Amino acid sequence: MIIGHRKPLEEILQMVEPFDKIALIGCKGCVAVCAAGGEKEVGILASALRLARKKDGREIEIKEVTLERQCDPEYIEEIEGFVHDYQAVLSIACGVGVQYMAERYKEIPALPGLNTDFMGGSEEQGVWVEKCQGCGNCVLHLTGGICPITRCSKSLLNGPCGGSSGGMCEINPEIACGWQLIVDRLESLGLLEKVYEQIMPYKDWTTSRDGGPRKIVREDMRE
Amino acid sequence: MDYPPNVKIIRIPCTGKVDALYLLKALEDGVDGVYAAGCEEGDCHFLVGNIRAKKRVGYVKSILKDLGINPGRVEMYNMSAADGPRFVQVAREFTARIKALGPSPVKTGKGSEPTEEVPEHAPESEGGEAAKQEERPAGGEPAQPAA
Repeated sequence: MIIGHRKPLEEILQMVEPFDKIALIGCKGCVAVCAAGGEKEVGILASALRLARKKDGREIEIKEVTLERQCDPEYIEEIEGFVHDYQAVLSIACGVGVQYMAERYKEIPALPGLNTDFMGGSEEQGVWVEKCQGCGNCVLHLTGGICPITRCSKSLLNGPCGGSSGGMCEINPEIACGWQLIVDRLESLGLLEKVYEQIMPYKDWTTSRDGGPRKIVREDMRE
Repeated sequence: MDYPPNVKIIRIPCTGKVDALYLLKALEDGVDGVYAAGCEEGDCHFLVGNIRAKKRVGYVKSILKDLGINPGRVEMYNMSAADGPRFVQVAREFTARIKALGPSPVKTGKGSEPTEEVPEHAPESEGGEAAKQEERPAGGEPAQPAA
């Protein structure tokens, strides 16, 4: 899922400062699962914003809505009936959702309430970790199911660098060396000699961000 | 065994039910302070309800601090359900703290207040009555969800 976290309240308050009537829109997708932008977080943020405004003697009207998703036009459409009554949309979806809001409701400022961080998953309750960088050309079958692009701080493709020490990465002693994890995993699978010894050619990064914004078209699904 | 009458009790099955939003809504609705009264740590019938409540109270404290509202306006206390004197002591202690902080800026609209948490106020000997007399004119009412 896409992991995000709430922007500092001070920054959000600054963004909504010019407005007295806003729509605060959450998302029931990824950001709800990582407890950043779901229905509960909409309630908490709305309450915090109202407290801040009341404290300064200036009230703010906040419409609280949480959409099924904010990355599909059909769900963005659901607020069409009331959104024009508001001066701004504060979206606490990921950056995708904010952009869908801005594209659909061109005359209403779309403000981001979250900082969108990475693609990842839960490590334990309240802890999320990055697992994929969306490079567009997966090599997990060659690396024991552990992504060298994401888990190695340098995104190396052929083994660890000299900064791997005691299984940890030199950039942070709390980060495991991705390549140590890969080697250990290949060894436990009995694939170390067969797979690790193969030299991976240099990666074509045009499938990643180096090729500019990406797009996938499925002609069989288009209308 | 009297506790300050300005303390309004909201019953919930366990402090594990305390949600950050409950605390924020209480402040929005005009109380000057709100505290969660849970069982002693290690004594939760649902194992960790009071530990969760403590973390949520901590989260709300961090939000209040960011908003320029004194985080001491929310608190977590632990006490045995059978310990009446401790219940009274906490009610007096928290009322005294809120009295020292004064009316919530959310109610007065006078802008940010200092966000350093004040050291614990010693419970007063006259307790409830003093708290009652001084809280009412300010319109202050600490609310208290109790497990």
